[in-house]
Amino acid sequence: MSDTHAQTVPFVRDTMLPAAPPPTRESGAVKWLRENLFSGAVNTVLTILGILIIWFLVATFWDWFAHSVWNASSLTECRQIIAATWGENARGACFAVIRERWNQYVFGFYPQTLYWRPTMAFGLLMVALAPVLFSASLIIRRVVLAITTLATLLCMMVLGAPVGWLVFAALVLAGGLLASERNIAWLLPFSLIYPLLGVWFLWGGSLWGPIFVLVGPLLGWLAWRLLAGISPLLATVGAILVTVLFWLLLAGDAAQSAQAVLPLSIEAVRSDRFGGFLLSITIGVAGIALSLPLGIVLALARRSDMFLIKSLAVIFIEFIRGVPLITLLFVASLLLNYFLPPGTSFDIILRVIIMVTLFAAAYMAEVIRGGLAALPKGQYEAADALGLDYWKAQRLIVLPQALKISIPGIVSTFIGMFKDTTLVTFVGLYDPLKSMSDAVRANIEWKGIYWEPFIFVGAIFFLICFGMSRYSMYLERRLQRDHR
Amino acid sequence: MTDVSASASPPFRLSMLINDRRYRSLTFQVIVFILVMLGLWWLIDNTLRNLALMGKSFDFGFLFQRAGYDIPQTPIPYTSDDTHLRASVVGLLNTLIVSVLGCIAATVLGILVGVARLSRNWLFARLMTVYVEIFRNMPLLLWILIIYAIFTEILPPPNAYRGENATMSMILFDNVALTNRYTAIPTLGMTNDPGSLDLGARITFNWATIAFVVALVGGWMLRRMIRDHAQRVQDRTGDRPVTWWKSLAVMVLPSLFLIWYFGLHLEPPSLQGFNFTGGLNVSNGLVALWLALTLYTAAFIAEIVRAGILAVSRGQSEAAFALGLRPNRTMSLVILPQALRVIVPPLISQYLNLTKNSSLAIAVGYMDLRGTLGGTTLNQTGRELEAIVLMMLTYLAVSLIISAGMNVFNASVKLKER
Amino acid sequence: MKKSVFLGTVAAATLLAGAGFAQEGSTLAQVKERGELNCGVNTGLVGFAAPDANGNWTGFDVAYCRALAAAVLGDPSKVKFVPTTGQTRFTALSSGEVDVLARNSTWTYSRDTDLKLDFVGVNYYDGQGFMVRRDLGVTSAKELEGATICIQTGTTTELNLADYFRANNMTYTPVNIDSNAEGEQQYMAGACDAYTTDASGLAATRAAFADPENHIILPEIISKEPLGPAVRHGDNNWGDIARWTLNALIAAEEYGVTSRNIEELVRSSTNPEVQRLLGTTDELGAMIGLDAEWARRAILANGNYGEIFAANIGEQTPIGLARGLNAQWTQGGLLYTPPFR
Repeated sequence: MSDTHAQTVPFVRDTMLPAAPPPTRESGAVKWLRENLFSGAVNTVLTILGILIIWFLVATFWDWFAHSVWNASSLTECRQIIAATWGENARGACFAVIRERWNQYVFGFYPQTLYWRPTMAFGLLMVALAPVLFSASLIIRRVVLAITTLATLLCMMVLGAPVGWLVFAALVLAGGLLASERNIAWLLPFSLIYPLLGVWFLWGGSLWGPIFVLVGPLLGWLAWRLLAGISPLLATVGAILVTVLFWLLLAGDAAQSAQAVLPLSIEAVRSDRFGGFLLSITIGVAGIALSLPLGIVLALARRSDMFLIKSLAVIFIEFIRGVPLITLLFVASLLLNYFLPPGTSFDIILRVIIMVTLFAAAYMAEVIRGGLAALPKGQYEAADALGLDYWKAQRLIVLPQALKISIPGIVSTFIGMFKDTTLVTFVGLYDPLKSMSDAVRANIEWKGIYWEPFIFVGAIFFLICFGMSRYSMYLERRLQRDHR
Repeated sequence: MTDVSASASPPFRLSMLINDRRYRSLTFQVIVFILVMLGLWWLIDNTLRNLALMGKSFDFGFLFQRAGYDIPQTPIPYTSDDTHLRASVVGLLNTLIVSVLGCIAATVLGILVGVARLSRNWLFARLMTVYVEIFRNMPLLLWILIIYAIFTEILPPPNAYRGENATMSMILFDNVALTNRYTAIPTLGMTNDPGSLDLGARITFNWATIAFVVALVGGWMLRRMIRDHAQRVQDRTGDRPVTWWKSLAVMVLPSLFLIWYFGLHLEPPSLQGFNFTGGLNVSNGLVALWLALTLYTAAFIAEIVRAGILAVSRGQSEAAFALGLRPNRTMSLVILPQALRVIVPPLISQYLNLTKNSSLAIAVGYMDLRGTLGGTTLNQTGRELEAIVLMMLTYLAVSLIISAGMNVFNASVKLKER
Repeated sequence: MKKSVFLGTVAAATLLAGAGFAQEGSTLAQVKERGELNCGVNTGLVGFAAPDANGNWTGFDVAYCRALAAAVLGDPSKVKFVPTTGQTRFTALSSGEVDVLARNSTWTYSRDTDLKLDFVGVNYYDGQGFMVRRDLGVTSAKELEGATICIQTGTTTELNLADYFRANNMTYTPVNIDSNAEGEQQYMAGACDAYTTDASGLAATRAAFADPENHIILPEIISKEPLGPAVRHGDNNWGDIARWTLNALIAAEEYGVTSRNIEELVRSSTNPEVQRLLGTTDELGAMIGLDAEWARRAILANGNYGEIFAANIGEQTPIGLARGLNAQWTQGGLLYTPPFR
């Protein structure tokens, strides 16, 4: 066929032509523009609309941002500077308020000389989180821990931390780096005692309190070892009983006596000094750390075969999910005193943390339940076939996979909870968004300043939440690859 | 089988309560039950002792006392002489109003943005991504405060509309005035008012409203009958009769007739004294709260919609095209029904979130349930226990009703498994 | 303190078992044992109670708390200020979270009886007024027919406003706002024609404006707002201590005892009333469970009533309130303390 054809054609080129460049409309920027922005009538309209929106935003806000003032001691001075520099009718942002009051937005009323303590607590938090959050990749871990080490030490130095504590922080951070290079699991004990350390750093006081809190579980473990030979169940009950009884009856007095014998304490800081992002992050981190285990228990309870357990879990979860967080905060601030024995009262931050935890746990439980449901039934059956009992099956087979599936949901619950910490303003705590801004505005110098604090606080919330969601996406992709 | 195991099982011993799997779960449940009951008893006992100690009682009588405070937005008639109960109902209605408006607007906007994020238009898709990320990652309270502040700071006060050389003029043919207090919109006036149906407790429905509802529902049912008839004809003969003009007529004509009969017209607001009167003043608190809730929730809904559409495999639309379906039919018959199955469950929880988030209304002075029952009433009567319990139960009931209603809808779009 | 920090660390266990640091016995004993006075204050009202950049509280109400702490504990700095909102204030008091509430709260019948509070006296005689822009052309509250009025929710002002407009057969649109800062912003932007709150608050707000001359406070005072500290109903001894600490501050002004001349008067005063007040004769302190020098310390903490007033809200401060009703009865005011004997 082709042979006959070839004979009828008068001319055949026997060398290849060099490839010609594509026409301009099919290459480079023009092609990209054509395909992505102007591929059809609708698309063109959308592009123009998009450009208009951007133009509108820039036109409206540009001069305001461009005329920022960072150095002034009051709003009036700000306005004078703006008028002097950019003309009488110019408007401009007065970010000087952030420069003047950043410490209040970040640390609330925490004593200024002790700012290094929350900084150190935050830095060490990263080390404690490393084996949990950053276990997936050595590189991420290296980067995060190196940045944390540098930033923490630098901040502490700037904030005037005593040399002893600087050395302590440097040692712990270096240890964290070293452990993460060798074997990240070494850091797990640190993660376990971190909650006590963190509380001690933030609130200060005697170190004996946390130490004796730690002694409780140790005694419990001892009891468990002693009783384990008799009956495992008895051992568990005994261990819990010993721990709780020790905490309730002995720990407080023991801590005081120990403090009297050998004073080991740093300056105590009261809860009412907490405010700004320090408060938000404290509530957020505590709520996150506590709500995850509680959420897992609730999710397992809701999927349990036992009717009563299941019903209780359903009632609890649906009740919490059915009411706004703000009413729960009201319960914390107004009603908790009714529910506790007469005369009992405890710290409002603690009460808020409890309520926020319960709230987040109910949502967490639903997310994890979704993960449990998404797990193929074969996994459960395989666990049964191996002869694992319920807890072993959950711990070794079901939960690791289910939690992996639920990571995006868990993280978005965390983000939601962190954003919701701003609601504590309604129970009289100094959140960075409303109460702190109101407090700043209550001063005559900064009366009437509105947008700048909003933008500052919003930007920080955005950075934290966006960072969390991006990291969870990264984690999800990474774990998915392992899964395959 | 059961017989064999029953006969083979050893006699019951007490230790089996712990060691035998059959009894262990029962033992465990009993223990948990006892613990929960003890806990509840402890809480209730504490509460009673505390109440006794403070000399208070658990008594909802305060609901029937005179409220004494005014509410800016009252869907049902209310004055400061009414009871706290009525004030709470007004608050609840206000909560529902902003929630329903918010859910509708957030759904529409969310779908648009979700689809736009999948658009092939690079610029627009990026712009929508920026919108979604910015709104999702900042607290809702911030958005409420910012939008409210924008309204207050940027819109003019009503007296900017005053006088010969007014700095502002009303828009939409002199019908709507935007001010920093409210948006003044026209009300519907009637020249031939049929009077109202009195439901008692000073709640009235105008007969015209009822007539319109009847006309619309009737028209909708007639339209269904026409469509069913057309379907039957098509099944029988293969030809579908042209029905669009009939459908249009039954839907529109009765309403047009009623508009003419009642002499319905717009009554535009006019500036008298300090404020606009004659029209309806929609407070900025409501608008700001509504906008903030809408924009915030829409960002979440957009993500849900996007995920839902992405969840339908490309093969589905390709198969539909292969069958010769046009793109819009492909969307409505193939993609959407499948995407809805993924979209609806998370959408329900977004609706619930929106309703619950509306309790932030106090930040903009919008008097919702939390502002009346959980705010001023609680404050004036000092009955925090009763007020908060009642408020939580009301929110819970609203949430349960919403999720029940949406579950019915979910069941209707769910994959019918045979 | 140590105990409460410790409590934080074992919170869960504590909550389950319902322990916690139980407060038993009288309030005085509790305060002494704690070594600290818990005082409920406003979350931020310039002049009355507001934290500065370092979290140090200052203000008129704060000064009372410090005086009380000085009287009971001997140290005016031993006060824990608990910021309370309009919603949480009375619960904070009745639940024992605070020992005394000094949060410019109005003494009313129902609060005194139904809410089971005891107001120990009046530290500021106030009344509700209106502030409007001068260019609005309004000179009397009676001309506010149809106006939009900004008002803080959860205060007695809300009820007074409703009653006043009802009684005068006028209509208005309330704009409920959440905090004073918010109210000022709304008013400044013209989102309401008038701003109503206690006259003292209006004066303070107006003083802080860039253009105070363009705003006027209308002459009508539509309510009586006697503001005073409150304690829980039932603990009469603690109520007496709170009451007489306030009275001591007022009496000190009446007798000319100031923080500057007090040491001298202790030594040299011949006025028997002053001698009893300062504890040089008669053991008045013992009758309320305190030592003889309690009032001396209370006055030394921030000075007498007049000094406190002048330092925080007086005419020399940006708030610039005149004494008016809050002058001594000898000066034509309402401050009149029962005799110390």
